Amino acid sequence: MDRNISTFKQLCEYCVSSKKNIYEIAQYNMAKEADISENEVRNVVMNALKSMKEAISIGINSNELSVSGMCGDDCYKVKKFYNKNHSMFGPLFQKVIEYALATSEENIRMGKIVACPTAGSCGILPAALISISEEYKYNTDDQLNALITAGEIGRIVSAKMALAGAVAGCQAECGVASAMAAAAITQIRGGNIYQILNSSALALKNVLGLTCDPVAGLVEVPCVKRNPFMAVFAITASELALSGVESKIPIDEVVDAMAQTGALMSPMLKESSEAGLATTKTGLYYKSLICKK
Amino acid sequence: MKKSTLFDIILPVMVGPSSSHTAGAVRLGLLARHIYKTEPKKVIFTLYNSYAHTGTGHGTDKGLLAGILGLGVDDRRIKDIFNSSISKNVDYSFNYEDNFRRHPNSVDIEIDGDKKMFISGDSVGAGNILITQINEFKVSLSGNYDTIIIVYKDKPGMVSAVTKMLQDENVNIASLDCDRNAKGQDASMIICIDSPLNSTVISDIENIKDVYFVTYVEKLGI
Repeated sequence: MDRNISTFKQLCEYCVSSKKNIYEIAQYNMAKEADISENEVRNVVMNALKSMKEAISIGINSNELSVSGMCGDDCYKVKKFYNKNHSMFGPLFQKVIEYALATSEENIRMGKIVACPTAGSCGILPAALISISEEYKYNTDDQLNALITAGEIGRIVSAKMALAGAVAGCQAECGVASAMAAAAITQIRGGNIYQILNSSALALKNVLGLTCDPVAGLVEVPCVKRNPFMAVFAITASELALSGVESKIPIDEVVDAMAQTGALMSPMLKESSEAGLATTKTGLYYKSLICKK
Repeated sequence: MKKSTLFDIILPVMVGPSSSHTAGAVRLGLLARHIYKTEPKKVIFTLYNSYAHTGTGHGTDKGLLAGILGLGVDDRRIKDIFNSSISKNVDYSFNYEDNFRRHPNSVDIEIDGDKKMFISGDSVGAGNILITQINEFKVSLSGNYDTIIIVYKDKPGMVSAVTKMLQDENVNIASLDCDRNAKGQDASMIICIDSPLNSTVISDIENIKDVYFVTYVEKLGI
């Protein structure tokens, strides 16, 4: 098997020629890399999946604020709202919003989460994958295959650029998480390799240029609330791709565009909190409150 | 250069909120513990730049302390480490400084116990770290490999003397970095290896003439 896949084109060609799924290639390569069996690879991924579910189940019942006091009770508010009002988009949509907030808020209150691909974007993939798996009763193996597929998407993106807000802004963190989530749910719904890659490309294109300007330098505002938005984008991208909608720009070129956009973005908008939301009047006010503590 | 793997993308399982400011801090503390080897009695952390400014909100201080006390990145006890019995036997303090010469996420760790030790490190992104200094020696330790650190007199044949011992143990070298203060002066060798080493090899290396100091640093779990 080819262990040097560093572009989506290579991955696609290899999937087609070997008649294998993305997750089969990814778990084989990971096993070789770590010198363990494919079963052991799946056990590690299983542990990640379990931890994602655990973060949701703990986070969804908490309204404890973070140390800064800026965030922590949004999931609680949403849950209360949904107790009396149903989402116009139905129960799946409710779950996606709740699970993304639950995970992301668990992160900012120093709970246990899975950085997938980063801590700030940790709510996106679990929200999309786990809520859909619950609502449509996909089994654990399906979920593992989807998570491994998502991981392979992230891995190939990261071969071209660092998945860090400080390097390329939020597009490289929440944006990539959204693209990974899109791939996961396209996989679990039986999408083919082209549909999976298209779903990721569509999700990424949607967020090109997204800045990273966190208030007081903390992974809270706007990061927490960005998680549910990105999870919903992922589902949109997946459904477009499953319908046969194609990204006119192939995913490799979308990633190149993202890397270029990231490089052209001012460092002031890349996690340094020197511009954007961080330096608004209110952003600076929160910063002054937190610094006094 | 090490490329990202599948596990790098869908892991680690960690305590939030930040891979660089929380998980990275735990790993810096933990690797410092691996280097120090015994239980620290007193630790002074000096946090620089972004670590100093956003460290409290990110739990960087808690992470560093938890790490040096042996907790992993996914340990829920990190959050309450200051009030936990785990930290009650260690005297710890934090300083906060700006220094533009230092990495944005950087820390000095001064440890006292059965010996004094000074360790510097950076959190270089996505939870990855580099220990950059141990006492007066510049090093580059990621914690991703079992590593042998050797300080010796700069002279011909030292590298081959050491690598011969590793070869005899059938230990594969992943990377090898040598540096020296000046020709014929103190030099350092940092060897990352692919399989754990038994302790007799370390004492064999110690016994090579003009080797001043050897330490073996186990890799971090995750």
